[in-house]
Amino acid sequence: MNLVIPEINWSAIGPELTLSITAMVLLLLSVVASPTARRAIPYLSLLGIAFALLLCISLWGKSAYAFNRMVVLDNYALFFKIIFLITTALTVLMSIRYLKEQGYEHGEYYVLILFAAVGMMFMASAADLIIVFLGLETFSLAIYVLAGFFRAQPKSIESSLKYFLLGAFSTGFLLYGIALIYGATGTTNLKGIYEFVSKAPALTDPLLLIGMGLLIVGFGFKVASVPFHMWTPDVYEGAPTSITAFMSVGPKAAGFAAFLRVFLYALSPLQTDWIWILWVLAVLTMTLGNVVAIAQKNIKRMLAYSSIAHAGYILVAMVAADELGTASVLYYMLAYAFMNLGAFGVIILFGRKGEENVNISDYSGMAAKYPLLAAVMAIFMFSLAGIPPTAGFVGKFYIFSAAVKAGYIGLAIIGVLNSALSVYFYLRITVMMYMRSPEKEFAKLEPSPAMVIALIIAVFGTLQIGITPSHYLNLAKQSILALM
Amino acid sequence: MFETFLFVLLAVVTTIAAILVIVQRNPVASAIYLIITLFCLAGIYLLLSAPFIAVIQVLVYAGAIMVLFLFVIMLLNLEKEKKLIYRNRLQKVLGVFLGGVLLAQIGMIFSSVLLEGSKGKFPAEKVAALGNTEVVARLLFTDFLLPFEIVSVLLLVAIVGAIVLAKKQI
Amino acid sequence: MLAFVLIAIVKVLVVFTAMLLIVAYMTLMERKVLGHMQVRFGPNRTGPFGLLQPIADGIKLFFKEDIIVPHANRLIYILAPSVMVITALVSFAVIPFGDSVTILGHKVDMVVADVNVGLLYLMAISSLGVYGLVMGGWASNNKYSLLGAIRSSAQMISYELSLGLSIIGVLMITGSLSTVKIVGAQSQVWFVVYQPLGFLIFLISAVAECSRTPFDLTECENELVAGYQTEYSSMKFALYYLAEYAHILVISSLAVTLFFGGWQGPFLPPLVWFLIKVFIFIFFFIWIRATFPRFRYDQLMKFGWKVLFPLSLLNIMITGIVMSVIG
Repeated sequence: MNLVIPEINWSAIGPELTLSITAMVLLLLSVVASPTARRAIPYLSLLGIAFALLLCISLWGKSAYAFNRMVVLDNYALFFKIIFLITTALTVLMSIRYLKEQGYEHGEYYVLILFAAVGMMFMASAADLIIVFLGLETFSLAIYVLAGFFRAQPKSIESSLKYFLLGAFSTGFLLYGIALIYGATGTTNLKGIYEFVSKAPALTDPLLLIGMGLLIVGFGFKVASVPFHMWTPDVYEGAPTSITAFMSVGPKAAGFAAFLRVFLYALSPLQTDWIWILWVLAVLTMTLGNVVAIAQKNIKRMLAYSSIAHAGYILVAMVAADELGTASVLYYMLAYAFMNLGAFGVIILFGRKGEENVNISDYSGMAAKYPLLAAVMAIFMFSLAGIPPTAGFVGKFYIFSAAVKAGYIGLAIIGVLNSALSVYFYLRITVMMYMRSPEKEFAKLEPSPAMVIALIIAVFGTLQIGITPSHYLNLAKQSILALM
Repeated sequence: MFETFLFVLLAVVTTIAAILVIVQRNPVASAIYLIITLFCLAGIYLLLSAPFIAVIQVLVYAGAIMVLFLFVIMLLNLEKEKKLIYRNRLQKVLGVFLGGVLLAQIGMIFSSVLLEGSKGKFPAEKVAALGNTEVVARLLFTDFLLPFEIVSVLLLVAIVGAIVLAKKQI
Repeated sequence: MLAFVLIAIVKVLVVFTAMLLIVAYMTLMERKVLGHMQVRFGPNRTGPFGLLQPIADGIKLFFKEDIIVPHANRLIYILAPSVMVITALVSFAVIPFGDSVTILGHKVDMVVADVNVGLLYLMAISSLGVYGLVMGGWASNNKYSLLGAIRSSAQMISYELSLGLSIIGVLMITGSLSTVKIVGAQSQVWFVVYQPLGFLIFLISAVAECSRTPFDLTECENELVAGYQTEYSSMKFALYYLAEYAHILVISSLAVTLFFGGWQGPFLPPLVWFLIKVFIFIFFFIWIRATFPRFRYDQLMKFGWKVLFPLSLLNIMITGIVMSVIG
């Protein structure tokens, strides 16, 4: 019996490997090291992330399959990996002081965040449905735990449990979908599925169709699209704010990364069958997210519904499915990472133990006391609402013009109307901050250097991507060549 | 002939036991029916000439996971939860209706077409010649090397997570 | 086809009867050996040297009053002992007890079933044995029973891990899960020579799996009356007893098969060699019982997870390294 071990291409999983090793070393450190040495853990994890980021940049432009076509190295994967790494880095920066204040300064927190990032990165570079599933499970498990990391707070535990139960349920759908597709095509490899499906374009196999439907449910849950969004508000509200920030960006991006690769590449011959499902999902998601967000009093819940709405916008781009549409998904995801993380950063900074300040009314009169912080928050809100010259505006512009170009004018109109609706609740916060008098005495804010750096990066990202959009759109267009 | 008989028998028992899992009020009884379900599934794997999967199914699910389930149920002594009755009627009716629709759809699909997907690299005759376990092992360490390694990371995450959530002091 | 079915049925019946017989006399052996180790005689009144004692015990248990406690869950209460006996007896199916012989032109293997996944089958079935104990303890509706059941399930799962991992070294050397092939591979050297650490771990975990002293916390008298079997009487109690000894028999046979060359040996017929080796192990089990005091529960868990488990992983690593160096 001779074993032929497939050619091992380390560079294809280089960033994942870097983060995994960093996480494992940190895990050991958090057990073995002295309490003073343990304080270095967040900074060491930043070092690992920086190294992985450099690796991603140095690999840009290369393309290769590895491990018997299990993973693929291409610009598309690298673009998403860079988004994940930025998200992870910003989350770590925003968490350092927050965890200390809340009394949960444990190294395992950073270890789990790094492992979650590893899972997301595998999902982005997956060339096989098995890797999609494993990557999804890895980051989901880590985030279930992170959502319940504030163990003494019932809300945090509730959020963890809800996310876990519903997440496990949705994973069941995804797995069943994968199984049926395997049954129909005889392979889980995306290239193999593409070849099989393109040979038989007239769709006769109901197994494949039902498998595809179940995949939509599974991915729809992870990206929080209606009607698979039920978990979002409760989970976002109860989880530690830094984790809410992380999971409003990371899993959504990872979900879309795999969603796009599976549907726009492997199942692209069936486009006529799934495009109308996505059309309906997009409309429902945008509308419900924006309408319900108006009624929210808690800012974390409001941002939860806003994140549902943003998933809707991205689905619009997916429906467009041409070059501009796909590129605008990537562009929007990058912009969304900066603006949403930034908004949550301000919420973290503004709250403290015992006085979380998560009600929208708590923000009234903030500008008078903290003009700089209010200005920063206003930038993020403008960007989320889609007001120039921010990244959010350009992102929406690309998405809706892609929809119009592809002939989905009705969808574009619904999108624009929704976008107009959303201005109301984003601007309400700005109005609160600038035009109302404070309801209560503000406690003194002590921003940690790490948080300041995180906010500066987020503001810079939001504005830079918004002001010079063509550069980033070109990068996104380079990235999607692998899919087309 | 005999195999068909065995399959029908196992399938019927599996389904009945699976239904009993969800209609039982007593959690211990539910768990025991779940064990029966898993056991019968292992029998179906045997009929599909996959003895390795069958044995692993018994070893892992029936032998380890369900023991822990029972262990926890017994420790918790769920008296209060037993009386918990779900009162939302609309949801119940709607749930049964939608479930019925899904069942009908699946039934239609499975009865309308001859289900034969394309075959993989290892059809049953080849597996029988090489040995079931050997084939699984060989695939696991060659073609599926990367997924195998990712699973180890996944399990590490699960272990760390369980300890973070449950240990008294971290 | 007919011959095949016939041979299978005969084999099952013979092995089944032989097992029950051996198990019955194991109880006598245990009492005798324990007696001599404690400087007394043990049973010696029923028949010559007390040889009829097991039969007398059987009759006694059979005619005792069968009590089902009022608040017990009847179905599970009745089912539990049989689950335990069945799993213990059925797991013997893959143990080879002799070389294949030819009877009337048919080649007959001296094993009930030589399956491709034999060893895994044995592990799987023996892991189901816990249910008998857990169900019995829970259905009795008695706190001592429940505590015994909970202790036992935790103990079994913990030690099953190291038991399973300790035999992986053997699997790596033979490259097969079939018990017949494993015995065949030991025609030159017994695997205990290659796998001393693995054998040691196997032995300790095996004692724990059988819940024998010093790991008999599931039924330790001074804390839990009789653990999971507190409420059982008559034949149901006898079934538990039977299962316990059948389990010891299976584990001893497994040890012989994996590490001591199975039925192989010079001069004497294979079956005799097999029985000699197995009875040495059974004697060893009794010897341990007479020698060691009981562990404390936390010690037991710590030992299982922090000593045996890492050691068994180490054993796998060493085996792998040595094998790849030798080639």
